[in-house]
Amino acid sequence: MLKVRDLRVSLAEEPKQILKGLTLDVEPGTVHAIMGPNGSGKSTLSYLLAGREGYVVDGGSAELDGANLLTMEPEERAAAGLFLAFQYPVEIPGVGNMTFLRTALNAQRKARGEPEIDAGSFLKLVREKAKALKIDAEMLKRPVNVGFSGGEKKRNEILQMAVLEPKMCILDETDSGLDVDAMKLVSDGVNALRDEGRAFLVITHYQRLLDHIRPDVVHILADGRIVQTGGPELALEVETNGYADILGRVA
Amino acid sequence: MAALPQAKADGAEALLAARPAPAKGAAWAEAAREAARGRLRAAGAPARRDEYWRFTDPAPLLAEGPRAAALPLEEVQVFDEVDALRLVFVDGVFRPDLSDEPRLDGVEIQPLSAALSADIHWARSLYGALEAAGQNPVPRPLAALNTAQADTGFAIRVTGRPARPIHLRYLHESEGSEAMIRHIVRLEAGAEATLLENGPAAARFNKAMEIELGEGAALHHVRAQGRDHDRLAATHVFARLGARAAYRGFTLTTNGRLTRNEVVLDLAGEGAKGHVAGAAIGAAGFHHDDTVFVTHSAAHCESRQVFKKVLKSGARGAFQGKILVKPGAQKTDGYQISQALLLDDDAEFNAKPELEIYADDVACSHGSTSGAVDEDVLFYLRSRGVPEAEAKDMMVLAFVEEAIGEIESEPLRDVIRERIAAWLARRKV
Repeated sequence: MLKVRDLRVSLAEEPKQILKGLTLDVEPGTVHAIMGPNGSGKSTLSYLLAGREGYVVDGGSAELDGANLLTMEPEERAAAGLFLAFQYPVEIPGVGNMTFLRTALNAQRKARGEPEIDAGSFLKLVREKAKALKIDAEMLKRPVNVGFSGGEKKRNEILQMAVLEPKMCILDETDSGLDVDAMKLVSDGVNALRDEGRAFLVITHYQRLLDHIRPDVVHILADGRIVQTGGPELALEVETNGYADILGRVA
Repeated sequence: MAALPQAKADGAEALLAARPAPAKGAAWAEAAREAARGRLRAAGAPARRDEYWRFTDPAPLLAEGPRAAALPLEEVQVFDEVDALRLVFVDGVFRPDLSDEPRLDGVEIQPLSAALSADIHWARSLYGALEAAGQNPVPRPLAALNTAQADTGFAIRVTGRPARPIHLRYLHESEGSEAMIRHIVRLEAGAEATLLENGPAAARFNKAMEIELGEGAALHHVRAQGRDHDRLAATHVFARLGARAAYRGFTLTTNGRLTRNEVVLDLAGEGAKGHVAGAAIGAAGFHHDDTVFVTHSAAHCESRQVFKKVLKSGARGAFQGKILVKPGAQKTDGYQISQALLLDDDAEFNAKPELEIYADDVACSHGSTSGAVDEDVLFYLRSRGVPEAEAKDMMVLAFVEEAIGEIESEPLRDVIRERIAAWLARRKV
């Protein structure tokens, strides 16, 4: 589903290469985790795939179901089924959560040539999804993420994911700022979305999120490259021995 | 006092000579007009060098022969869908044939000219009085001109809680028209009403309104200035609030060449609340100026000023807002925010927030910002599938939402939101 080949990416503002030949294949129905120390390029990878400005692609490719992601606008990537759950979800004063969700959903449907969803069906859909994430009506009414706690913001990201039903979900450090209960809610939300047509790329610094969202494949990212790939046991090894040990071994 | 520069003195005479004198009213009204002429002569015509006109060149408001293309009268207008008592002016002249019968339970409505020819106590004590008080400490010569020259408008006295809003609509048919409109409004103790205003009015428009709110009275005042690209307008709202009275004013401005909206509030009775808000959106050739002066004369009063401007390709915005807290006005709660969203590098916003406080137990805050579209928010919206243009429109609407939130009625908020959305759809900001 997601196919990244020898991707090399620099910052637009300074001549500094962050990703230095990253290759990755994520198949439908699987959960891949990318772990790595700070500064290894984890957030750059997620932002780049989602289409954020500020990066220059020096080489390589990234495709979603055969379509070249790198030439698409962010909204086109979203309509094609890519979703990034932000590490730091943005607050948008003045835009109600429901309005935002409905605008996004209908924009995607329109882009795919599907009919827009009517207000009643939409309300029903959101209420149902929100309930599972313990997001109450009050939170839905408030402006997007404004005054939300860290946990509420992350739950709101998962709600968006549940409503938009993307096929390729990237979770960028979704565990940061979460307490144990919130981690469980968020993980349950993600696990509920797992199915054979959908894939996940879970980017995290710590292993603990992976206790809740069990990955099929774990990659270690260091200095802009994937240096090791393995099963869930690789995450446990990081937890026990830290990154230094693994990095020392592959160096 | 220093002698007035000759140009300002000549300018004042020219303004007075530009229109025929209004039909004679009662002796008290003629005295009020004569006093207003005196105030205009003392202040002189406004000039760019005046501190109060630093950000807005008044020349287009003074030059002879204003011209502005008229819009088709039959066009769908803002507030059309609101069930209201409609009073329609065309090029500054009241048109009974286009208006509803001016009758509404809880309200007395009569033409200004009739009120100024009779001996109506409230009209007599209000006409020109708030405008005169509002000349201090900064002169407002165009308001004095209005008191001296206006002969059309309404005297509205609200004694109860009318079921429907009163809607004053100003249409513009003649390209070279110049309108001078004046309303006086009094709400008796405990009365509550909604006043709507919209329309281009004329090629050039000088409108003033004096509002007296009795104890516990509440006036909701929503204005929409839009559509006409060449509009030149100077408007003044003077309101004096009695104890626990509330004035809530909101103005939407789209398009127009030069619009100066001045609001002068006097929170005269304890516990009064005065809220003034505005949203202005314009592109090339647009100049919008909000000038607000709020005086806290009594204790335990609350005031809010919330002004948002969205400016693009050479559009300019100005905000001058002052909160004056008089001695003894303890427990004052004053808030002021003015913000501009600059959609490109050509747009310009000037703000002059001022606080002047002579009481020691008050909470006053003010803030002013101007900035471009927040790229993080834009990316977030786009990453959820919202196309860039639509995302920017959402951000514009979100930006002005705090000002729209000052309107109490949710249906009226929706009318304003739809109006802005329609403008954005047409202009593709």
